[in-house]
Amino acid sequence: MTDLSTSLKIEPTVFELSSPGRQGHSFPELDVPHAEIPKSLLRDDLPLPELAEVDVARHFTRLSQLNHGVDTGFYPLGSCTMKYNPKINEATSRLPGFANIHPLQPIETVQGAIGLMFELQEWLKEISGFAGITLQPAAGAHGELTGVLIMRAYHRARGDDRRVKMLIPDSAHGTNPASSAMSGLEIVEIPSDTRGNIDLAALRAECDETLAGIMITNPNTLGLFDENLRQVCDCVHEAGGLVYGDGANFNAIMGISRPADCGVDVLHFNLHKTFSTPHGGGGPGSGPVGVTDELAAFLPGPIAAIVEEGDDEEPPLYGLVTPEKSIGRIKAFHGHFGVMTRAYTYIMMLGGEGLRAASEHAVLNANYLQARLRDTYKIPYDRICMHEFVAEGHWEDAPDIHALDISKRLMDFGFHPPTNYFPLIVPEALMIEPTETESKETLDAFADALIQIAEEARTQPDLLQTAPHRTPVGRLDEVKAARELVLCCWLPEK
Amino acid sequence: MFLPHTDADREAMLRTIGVKKIKDLFEGLPGEHLFPELDLPPGVTEMEALAELQHIADANETTGELISFLGAGAYNHYSPAVVDSILRRGEFYTAYTPYQPEISQGTLQAIFEYQSMIVALTGMDVSNASHYDGATAVAEAVNMAYHNFRGKRTKVILSPGLHPHYRETVHTYTVDSNILLEGEETPLDSGPEALIPLIDDNTALVAVQYPDFFGRIHRFRELIEAAHQAGALVAVHVNPLALGLLEPPGDFGADIVTGEGQSLGIPLSFGGPYLGIFATRQQYVRKMAGRIVGETQDARCQRGFVLTLSTREQHIRREKATSNICTNQGLMALAAAIYMSLLGKNGLRQVAELNFHKAHYAAAQIATLDGFELVYDEPFFNEFTVRCPRPVAEINEELLSYDILGGYDLGQTRAGLENHMLIAVTEMVSREQIDIFVDALAEVAHD
Repeated sequence: MTDLSTSLKIEPTVFELSSPGRQGHSFPELDVPHAEIPKSLLRDDLPLPELAEVDVARHFTRLSQLNHGVDTGFYPLGSCTMKYNPKINEATSRLPGFANIHPLQPIETVQGAIGLMFELQEWLKEISGFAGITLQPAAGAHGELTGVLIMRAYHRARGDDRRVKMLIPDSAHGTNPASSAMSGLEIVEIPSDTRGNIDLAALRAECDETLAGIMITNPNTLGLFDENLRQVCDCVHEAGGLVYGDGANFNAIMGISRPADCGVDVLHFNLHKTFSTPHGGGGPGSGPVGVTDELAAFLPGPIAAIVEEGDDEEPPLYGLVTPEKSIGRIKAFHGHFGVMTRAYTYIMMLGGEGLRAASEHAVLNANYLQARLRDTYKIPYDRICMHEFVAEGHWEDAPDIHALDISKRLMDFGFHPPTNYFPLIVPEALMIEPTETESKETLDAFADALIQIAEEARTQPDLLQTAPHRTPVGRLDEVKAARELVLCCWLPEK
Repeated sequence: MFLPHTDADREAMLRTIGVKKIKDLFEGLPGEHLFPELDLPPGVTEMEALAELQHIADANETTGELISFLGAGAYNHYSPAVVDSILRRGEFYTAYTPYQPEISQGTLQAIFEYQSMIVALTGMDVSNASHYDGATAVAEAVNMAYHNFRGKRTKVILSPGLHPHYRETVHTYTVDSNILLEGEETPLDSGPEALIPLIDDNTALVAVQYPDFFGRIHRFRELIEAAHQAGALVAVHVNPLALGLLEPPGDFGADIVTGEGQSLGIPLSFGGPYLGIFATRQQYVRKMAGRIVGETQDARCQRGFVLTLSTREQHIRREKATSNICTNQGLMALAAAIYMSLLGKNGLRQVAELNFHKAHYAAAQIATLDGFELVYDEPFFNEFTVRCPRPVAEINEELLSYDILGGYDLGQTRAGLENHMLIAVTEMVSREQIDIFVDALAEVAHD
């Protein structure tokens, strides 16, 4: 375990490192005549920092060393699927043939790129069972908005204006209700039953002619495959509604269960979770959306398509098309192509068998950790889990210790904490998703740490409450940040 | 692939769980179609994958092989080697949103510095940690203005000079709301003043672009004054590189500045990932969507940074949040921060000037050609509109045989713009290449 507290110092800001007159990068001399720039258009001053290249390289390298990433250690952040990001993905996405092409080039000059998008669409269809895919959404929440807009457009196209209600299980991610609200829907929360499934009686009571649909996450955020999934879908369909699937937890079901086969009508993928593309410190993600045949005409454009069939001698001509009843664009250009190339590389390397093995081992790892922790931590919905599970970070005989304290103490062992205080239906939740790329040794070390922390909670609660101790900074004052609102800095006064 | 498990590991783990084989873990799953055979190509090794991807990439013609004059919202700029060298650090790119600040100070401080440099560049008070791209940043500006008036003002005026993709995105985002979008059909050559008669006390926002989609640099003082008199907000969408030279929107009264940050060191990458810039006035900070980093102190009294004002966001407010944004463009914001740190105040001005002068040289040369004409009189930055003697698609097809990527065909965007080409000239082209382009245009002027 690295002790970051002694080896690293607080890094000055780039503004504090500035020294007037320095410049970290130069451009070639002007080789054309000077044109007159109207003075009235010009800015007076540009208060940006001035640094040499070496200062910039060191500054950002030192900042990087203050981070925990998948490359530095275990990152069992529930529902985020922090699996290993293969380095080859970084190499392929940076090939000049991908990095240096303009989105508006004539299609004849970018057949490789559009062909790759087409094939990725086909692969995602096969993995999910859907009939149509758009790669345009920039992230999971953006995919949700896209999917909900498609659902609304579908109802509207049928002349059905009454459908204003979206059902959201109480275990859902916050983005689900927010995405529905953004498209003007009313939200009705559906409780979970004692086994962690969607409560069927509560669901049936809401299935009426005002139902636009339901947004489900399966496996859900408890890491459980909903045992009522078929009944839920049937019930919603019978009422004329559509089923939205949040694909955040797709890593549990690749090659095991296809959402479209289960009755899901619309689903977003998170390429940055399931398909190994890096999370980038909070983006860029990519949130392709898959839909059934009935909804394919509503997908946002452009979509990669074959615009001229090929034959034995000529390959097909790929182009970008907009579906007939499309909801329209949801961002500029074609989506996060640089993320697509990474996901494409990953799927190509794994193939169908490899994807299934990835999901199987994700489920194996989660169940192993759950089994190792069951005697120490309360598992409120204790059954075979999928790729993640939720434990309670609280004990009656250590009343002053909370999930937050356990999380902060875990950092001292070199681990990123689990997602905490989510899902909301479990008190003091610790949501643990190990992913398939972690070894038994890592899982054992993590379980050992959590067991030791449970002991410390009784014997040295102070050690937890003041944790972390071995990180570059100690526990941070979030109240002060929100009260004083210092959101930027400036060059020091001369 | 990428699995560390040995057979012995698997056996020991299954024993601990209390099942015999991995398949047993899925026994409780409902459904008839479990374990489908996926019809995908069989898996390959890294060596084979790289060869195949190289083959696909080779089928594309790049801006390294072609002399590019194509812009229209995505620009071919030079990204210094330091930018990508830092982006490749696993500590940055394999981390997630900095939910745990004690082990995320690198990401948090870098975003704080990004916010600070965006504030300096735009002349605004606060910046968020980014949106997905320029288009969604404009859509979020519409969203923010609508919520600022609690839905009581329903009109949003979009300048016809806003990028057509941005306008389309706003339409998609607002289709299920009661927001009325106006202004897009106002005449192109009458400037921002043409929007003033549309402003009334039902107007929440006026959104303009600077320089606009056609390359023109407009003055917005009169428009902004009229909007403010009616109590409406104004969003100015910028190309941040142009702000190396141009008066920042904060100085002429903008309430919101959005931008497409791709020109700050981010590769073209066939359209993404790019960077949505979003900055506003202090008084609207709580109305702004997206993540924000703030400075604070730790338990050891050291300076540190955290995500702040999260009570605005979906994971706390759920359906009451005004936006659903969660993941943003963290790594792209980092790229922009490194780029701006490297160039600094003088470097950014230098590259902006190179763009300005080269574009003006190209424009002057093209204007001398028979049949070609500069369409607008307004000042421009690195992009301008030219009326051509033939359809642009035909010209561009012929230019490709000279290894030239011609400008954007504006005929695709609006009636009346047939034969209009939008030409972008950046620091990446030399005088010699501009001359080759001009000569080629002269040669392909007639069929």
